Amino acid sequence: MSTVIHPGPAPGARQLILNGIFAENPVFRLALSLCPAVAVTTTVLNGLLLGVAVLFVQVLSSVTVTLAKRLIHPRVRIPVYTVIIAVWVSAIDMSLAAFAPALYAQVGLYVKLIVAFAIIISRLEVFASRQPLVPTFFDGLGMGLGFLLALLMIGAFRELLGSGSFAGIPLVPGKPLLFFALPAGGFFSIALLMALFNWIERRNQGGRAGPAKSAGGHGV
Amino acid sequence: MSRARAWLTAALAALSLAAGTARAAEVRVLSARVVAPSELRLRFSAPLPRADAENFRLTHAQAPDIPIPVSRVRLADGNRVVLTFEQRLMPAEHYRLELADPPLAHDVRPAAWALLLSVMIAAAFINNFVFTRYLGLCIFFGVSKKRDTAIGMGIVFTLVMIFTAMVSWSLDTFVLRPLQLGFFQILVFIGVVASVVQFLDTMLRKTHPVLHRKWGIYLMLITTNCIILAVPLLNAQASNGPLDSLALAIGSGAGFALALFLMSCARERLEYARVPQPFQGLPIAFALAGLFALAFMGFSGLDFFR
Repeated sequence: MSTVIHPGPAPGARQLILNGIFAENPVFRLALSLCPAVAVTTTVLNGLLLGVAVLFVQVLSSVTVTLAKRLIHPRVRIPVYTVIIAVWVSAIDMSLAAFAPALYAQVGLYVKLIVAFAIIISRLEVFASRQPLVPTFFDGLGMGLGFLLALLMIGAFRELLGSGSFAGIPLVPGKPLLFFALPAGGFFSIALLMALFNWIERRNQGGRAGPAKSAGGHGV
Repeated sequence: MSRARAWLTAALAALSLAAGTARAAEVRVLSARVVAPSELRLRFSAPLPRADAENFRLTHAQAPDIPIPVSRVRLADGNRVVLTFEQRLMPAEHYRLELADPPLAHDVRPAAWALLLSVMIAAAFINNFVFTRYLGLCIFFGVSKKRDTAIGMGIVFTLVMIFTAMVSWSLDTFVLRPLQLGFFQILVFIGVVASVVQFLDTMLRKTHPVLHRKWGIYLMLITTNCIILAVPLLNAQASNGPLDSLALAIGSGAGFALALFLMSCARERLEYARVPQPFQGLPIAFALAGLFALAFMGFSGLDFFR
């Protein structure tokens, strides 16, 4: 896993949030939790719903773990983290089902599957279990925002090309490239956007650590 | 004494006669089978008094208000009736047949093997978890670099899938639903996955150390896989019976194993290809998965029983 472990004093809030959005973007840089990134991004709104759900679960479970870290024995930490995540996912799942039933009907299964997202448990393991409350909160916020923005970006890309609209508002008459709204189109969209991220990174950083290394690091 | 016996005999005779006539008048459906594309073959215990189209009313189990119009009734030797309908009937679905005279109702259910097979094929090909539902991608991209690893993972995965689906189904049906504890679903299912994996790991280490050294690592990866959690969730959502659940587990496990195998074969070749630098690593793997997904779209019209 190419995630950086943070043993020392935590950086500032602004840097933590930017880190989550750019340097360690869960989808494009760490290649974690890809399933929903392909599955629910046929429209911007679906992506937004799942992104918000992940943001809440990430922040809430990070904060819970950092508050309870003295009570958790290191040998049972993974099951305990899983239970904490599962509790928050159930809570978010039920609130979404109650407050946004129409959208929830489309992405319901994926909201439940947040519990198996590698990104959340890996942040708990590498950050929340080592750092105090405030940096943990901003780290969770940054990671959640990074995920949300990635989903919005893929969603916008696919909705614009696939159905010629943005968030349900038609912009172009007809459907320019219906292909991108199909299952296979999701894979191609991610391939293109990920390559774009790699290309930008390579241009900005010049000689420093090539893109192949970070792109090859698979999360589990 | 002999008078009493005569009474008794007469009573018994009357009773058996009444029972006999009742049995003769009672018509039961012995078997009902949907035959593609639009026939329903029925076998009754006695000849039907009426055999016109208005006598029969067939509805889909999920749409009990909309009768499916009968176009033709054919009587084959006495007790057998073949109904032809104006619509297609699916052998793998549930229907309800009602008769006006004699007043009868019968549930037309698919044969167990037909149900198993259709659910399995749908899960493995038509709704392949990786290529059309995009689940389990993290492991799919992580483990599909070498063919041996992919095969090992596929086998272990299918086994764990069947175990967890059955345990979760029993817990959901016999504990969560009767006690109205639906909101514990996620917590219980992830617990089941984690404990089944832990159990198999311990068992394998004690009984087959060689196998454990070879495949143990995949077991640990499985806990964080979303497919393994998605199958119990889908089963619970659709309130599937035990057979459907088992078929979905086998089918989706086999579908995932197939996807892993295909992808690993393609990625071994990719090692020798010259890929543009921004596409190296994951992006090209995604594009490859996209090509497979396009190919799997060809299965979308497949229905085994049409």
